[in-house]
Amino acid sequence: MRLARMASLASVIAMVASSATLAQTDYSAAYGIDEDVPGACSYESIDAKDYSGRQLNIISHAVPVIGEPTDIHARQFEELTGAKLSVVHVPFGDLFQRILIPFQTGQNAYDVLFYPSLWIGDLNQYLAPVPEAYRETAGFKDVTRNYIDVATWGDTIVQYPMDGDRHYLKYRADIFSNPEAIARFKQETGKDLAVPTTWEDYNEIARVFSGWDWDGDGNPNYGSAEVTKRDDLMFSAFISRAAPYARNPNVKGGFFFDLETMEPQINNPGFVKGLELFVEASKDWAPGGANWGLGDEIFAFGGGQALMSYSWDDAFVQAQQEDSPIRNQVAAAPLPGASEVWNRDTGSWDSFEEPNRAPYVTWGWTSAVSNRSQNQDMAFDFLCFFSNEANTLADLQVGRFGVNPYRNAHFDPSLWTDRLGWDAALTKSYVETLSGMDDSINRVFDLRVPGVSQFMTSLATGVAAALAGQQTPQEALDSVAVEWTAIVDRIGVDTVRNAYAGVVALEDNL
Amino acid sequence: MYGLTRYKLFFLLPGLLVLLAIILFPLIFTIRVSFSGWDAVRPGLDWIGGVNYGRLLADGRFWQSLSRLGLMAVSAVAIEYVLGFGLALLVWRQIRFRRLVRVLFLIPMMTTPVVMAVIWRTVFHESLGPANDLVTLFGFAPIPWLTNAQWATFVVILVDVWQWTPFMFLLLLAGLLSLPREPLLAAAIDGAGPIRAFWNVTFPAMAPISVGAIIIRLIEASKIMETVYVITSGGPGTSTETSSYYIFIRGLRDFQIGYAAALSITYLVIMIVLLTIIAKLLTKTLIKAEA
Repeated sequence: MRLARMASLASVIAMVASSATLAQTDYSAAYGIDEDVPGACSYESIDAKDYSGRQLNIISHAVPVIGEPTDIHARQFEELTGAKLSVVHVPFGDLFQRILIPFQTGQNAYDVLFYPSLWIGDLNQYLAPVPEAYRETAGFKDVTRNYIDVATWGDTIVQYPMDGDRHYLKYRADIFSNPEAIARFKQETGKDLAVPTTWEDYNEIARVFSGWDWDGDGNPNYGSAEVTKRDDLMFSAFISRAAPYARNPNVKGGFFFDLETMEPQINNPGFVKGLELFVEASKDWAPGGANWGLGDEIFAFGGGQALMSYSWDDAFVQAQQEDSPIRNQVAAAPLPGASEVWNRDTGSWDSFEEPNRAPYVTWGWTSAVSNRSQNQDMAFDFLCFFSNEANTLADLQVGRFGVNPYRNAHFDPSLWTDRLGWDAALTKSYVETLSGMDDSINRVFDLRVPGVSQFMTSLATGVAAALAGQQTPQEALDSVAVEWTAIVDRIGVDTVRNAYAGVVALEDNL
Repeated sequence: MYGLTRYKLFFLLPGLLVLLAIILFPLIFTIRVSFSGWDAVRPGLDWIGGVNYGRLLADGRFWQSLSRLGLMAVSAVAIEYVLGFGLALLVWRQIRFRRLVRVLFLIPMMTTPVVMAVIWRTVFHESLGPANDLVTLFGFAPIPWLTNAQWATFVVILVDVWQWTPFMFLLLLAGLLSLPREPLLAAAIDGAGPIRAFWNVTFPAMAPISVGAIIIRLIEASKIMETVYVITSGGPGTSTETSSYYIFIRGLRDFQIGYAAALSITYLVIMIVLLTIIAKLLTKTLIKAEA
């Protein structure tokens, strides 16, 4: 009898506890998400874990880009699991050395790292492979091919995808369909105004629409906003421009280098053509446009000053903010291409009836767990939680967070139209442009090799010298090629080749 | 006697140890690193001899950045000296709101360099900044402040002048306030006007402190970094790239730690030699001429 009473008491306690848990499972209200999506990384699953008394050390970018969502999800994870998460925020310029020095000096400074994915060439040796249990989650399996490729070193996934970056074209759809704008373009060029399919077209449109007030706000507008500041990711802008001229789908074995000889291709006629067009475009930039960082580009296009732009999602998201004067007046398209593409095998230009496109899957943020971490289980749980479906959906909606679509589910138009109020045609252009990049067989990836920063700094310096008129495009890229050869020699030809083979395998779809 | 020396050493030892720890150790370590190939791929202190030093001899970008730095530092310090002296003379006299004016002059020096650089970048933003608004208000064409090599150099110098003239002002004002009054009174009794009194009495009397102020500022100006980093990133091209910015790029962006250490040591040696020569020349010209 006494036993029965105790059993009944225990069941009552269990029911009370259970009802208390049920009361706590209204995660959407507590954490500002739409709804918790069931799965191994969901709020409910993470809530069931107890990491009390344990600590994770995290290094992330400065607030807000990536840094702010890191903070938010770290606090949520603490509340759910009882763990202590210590987040260190570091400005972009210091992030690489702050991550690398502890690794090189044998310290176990950070369990979780957030950093640009192109550093994989330098960091892979310090990263823990993503365990199968996480790779088998629904969210992970829904990551698109590009970003699984970005996260992979050799045959091993060592980065945990949480962002999907790429360059694409953004333009003012309202102006491209404006009869007055169309007539003016026709009058000046004899051509019909259309979304540019080559960089020559892009420059021409930018020229015609620069220096006059085409949106009627009383201020002059400009055709193109580009990232041109030397050490502010300008190398990515140049690669976007040069890629279709230098990335020939008929030529295998390397875009930046000839994999066989490891001879730099950066000064071949394709890249030089890209740089010549970049220099030509500079004549029509807005005042100061030759010193614009990413922030300026975002503001110029997102603020309505520029007709076109190409880089990451940020400018597009800025244009689509609730308070934007050009909300729902923009559209997305693939990066312009090239009708003539350099063929290094034949040493001549190949003509393409349909412009050659070379989608640039340019770095993007990623996350990883240190292989020295004593808390790898908790660290992977945190990353799994960070990028769960509910959190990602919330993060995608905030432009300043820097989280961009990287799962197939993100290309569902209703996500953008219903939740964010985007125009249907605009959404179609956005979704098709972004998802189309995954289908390309002519993709260009970053130079994911050891010492990538040296290569990119050298490239940016050369391109900047050409833009400033200090050197011709050919001279500038010849200097870059000489420096790249020296860098390869310093690092070791075989070391760079082995790493570059992985990039080539991605680009050649092997 | 021997015991006294031992006591002295005992009391000096903590200070010497701290000095050793915070000055000598990093210097010696940097010298050692400069003989290594430490970079992103090869961590640690291997020994590659003088390879880094040989490489920097042929590094045109480093030497160009050094000559560019010389131009910027000397120009900025010269302007700061003239302006600082002028302001100090102004405040030295009894003027109204003297204390307020002194505090106002010091504000730029008290602000964080990076924050001020961001504000100046906004001021000189060629599309949106007030500098070009002002220029166009007077009917002139917008000025390519940051996209033309000469203008960008001018902006970097201007920001340095704005930030550090107060330092010069402060030192020179302290010097003026410490000057004995008798020579000035004697000059006034002899009928010397203010200009003559300045050139024949005040300026020579201020020579020692002027030399000190100029040298201190030259040492500081030779490290121009934040302004370049925030406003121009060394551009357009490499036209505003200074030595410290270049070393930063090589060391912390490219992670060529060994090479950056070699650049730093070379830069340090060159600066010590140059500043010693400049100090001697200034002393000879200003102080000995006075004697």
